Amino acid sequence: MRRFTLIAIPYLWLFALFVVPFLIVVRISFSYYELSIPPYGPQLDLSTGWDGVKAFFAELNWDNYAFLTGDDLYWKAYLSSLKIALIATFLTLLVGFPIAYAMAKAAEEWRPMLMMLIILPFWTSFLIRVYAWIGILGTEGYLNQLMLGIGLIDAPLTILNTNVAVYIGIVYTYLPFMVLPIYAALEKMDDSLLEAAEDLGCTRTQAFWLVTAPLAKSGIIAGCFLVFIPSLGEFVIPSLLGGSDTLMIGKVLWEEFFSNRDWPVASTVAVILLLILIIPIILFQRNEQKQRETDG
Amino acid sequence: MAQSPQDVFAPWDDATEKPLIRFRNVTKNFGDFTAIDDLTLDIYAKEFFALLGPSGCGKTTLMRMLAGFEKPTTGTIELDGKDIANVPPNQRAVNMMFQSYALFPHLSVYENIAFGLKRSDMDKADIPARVDEMLRLTRLQKFAKRKPHQISGGQRQRVALARSLAKAPKLLLLDEPLGALDKKLRHETQFELMDIQEKTGTTFVIVTHDQEEAMTVASRVAVMDAGVIVQVATPDRIYETPNSVYVADFIGEVNLIEGHAAVDNGVATISWAEGQPPITAKTDLTADTQCTYAVRPEKITITQHEPQDRPNKIKGAVLDIAYLGNISTYHVELPDGKVIKAQTANDRRIARRSFTWEDTVWLSWTDTAGVVLTA
Repeated sequence: MRRFTLIAIPYLWLFALFVVPFLIVVRISFSYYELSIPPYGPQLDLSTGWDGVKAFFAELNWDNYAFLTGDDLYWKAYLSSLKIALIATFLTLLVGFPIAYAMAKAAEEWRPMLMMLIILPFWTSFLIRVYAWIGILGTEGYLNQLMLGIGLIDAPLTILNTNVAVYIGIVYTYLPFMVLPIYAALEKMDDSLLEAAEDLGCTRTQAFWLVTAPLAKSGIIAGCFLVFIPSLGEFVIPSLLGGSDTLMIGKVLWEEFFSNRDWPVASTVAVILLLILIIPIILFQRNEQKQRETDG
Repeated sequence: MAQSPQDVFAPWDDATEKPLIRFRNVTKNFGDFTAIDDLTLDIYAKEFFALLGPSGCGKTTLMRMLAGFEKPTTGTIELDGKDIANVPPNQRAVNMMFQSYALFPHLSVYENIAFGLKRSDMDKADIPARVDEMLRLTRLQKFAKRKPHQISGGQRQRVALARSLAKAPKLLLLDEPLGALDKKLRHETQFELMDIQEKTGTTFVIVTHDQEEAMTVASRVAVMDAGVIVQVATPDRIYETPNSVYVADFIGEVNLIEGHAAVDNGVATISWAEGQPPITAKTDLTADTQCTYAVRPEKITITQHEPQDRPNKIKGAVLDIAYLGNISTYHVELPDGKVIKAQTANDRRIARRSFTWEDTVWLSWTDTAGVVLTA
């Protein structure tokens, strides 16, 4: 009985905080738009008993899903989000790996401090940090002023309100999610492995690709998923830093929900987004599982 | 071993023999710290050479210079007559077995052993045969497909050995190779190492702080202290004729007696304590001098009655008995409070032992049992 209770707690937690809200979203996605409060129908009317339940289910339909597949705005937004998330994940890896590597190679007494520096930005509001980038990337921003000042460019560059700004924003925001798992993988690597590789005839570069990279693999995979999954549905960064042509599904979702007040369509967009994300989430879990097995 | 005197392996006594490795006046500094201090040493082909010393004595630095991970600050290191100071580790015909074994955790036993071969100019088609040979040599055939974390510590040690031997190096370096094994396995592995060294004919240089290990496996032992080699000799010479108090004390158990030696015709008469007869010992010394007389406990005979015809004898009382099963060490207190250790093989059952605590006993030894040391 005690064992059952122990297992039940996380499942109850998951049920209350994930399954129930998700079912509500699914239910709305099968509803239709109505000018009422809440702004969708049908409503379940239990006063008429069993007939009310039957009537309620009869009115639920797939119309929103059909609508989404019909209008190319939506699947274009999904594809564009996938593209932006993939590129941003790759860029984060390019920036994050050297940082993680340098942290793992740094003297033991420096590591907690470096770790702190990576985590510190999280202590201020995410919104404020993204707003700060507007000040940096704008035409009159610090970056352009700096580059004009040192004579690198003649005319200010348009960075803000483009996809480039979105990439910069995502890389900046999600960098710790990339750095920390890679650092964890590299940190437990024994330095004598690289000496052994060299001793057995490898150059430094070969030793990196044959030893360091494979050992960091699980960390790299974990980091990539931790960046890719949230950036796919990202809304704040594209709406603050991106331009009008930056098409991301998070932004579409927001507009359906708050501008159009079309909760059923917004819910449908969210359900499909989740279905798309289930694949990488399962792959991520499998990677973690495999890592635990080799560690154990 | 049924060897006639002329084929005893002793290239270091042969002036025509060329050493495989020559350290010439090598000094290595790390900042202000001198790890190796003006060291000169020859190591010959097919030797099993042990570097022995306490931690921090520079033995690991010496080995890392041979592998190429450190460069000497001054002086030269020659391998096969060529200065190797500027040859990077990946181009040296030297392989190393690391103390941590440094097995690649993501590769199987087979791939670990093949790792070096794939990086060499060996024909791709010949690699499997060579790996199989190594697996056979180290009795690992059954484990070829396992990952390092799926095998025992002893097996991992053998994988590390197989991997470092696979490229048939001129010189194999072993950094505390048996340190991680338990005592019984360590003893077995010592003999295995000697076997493999003999079979492959590779020159082995082993770093260890375990004197018993060095004595067991090595053809010659270098005892190091603070970046300097104190003595290089065969294990029996290191044990029987140490050249200094440091070596005598570092290797095995020893009684050290300080005194003044009066030398006459190759015999030293050492007066060492008020009221005790002087010790007589054969020596190479020619002049009278202050000295330390070193004598091993097992060279001292312990008897109940005063022995006849022994040049050195002292009376004392049994203070302590350390019973080790096969042998017992007796701590005998002399009237002036000095304690002398004597060791006897327990060739009789313990119940029939002829003396016990507090008994008065006689300690005696010959004039060749100990050595007179001035350093």
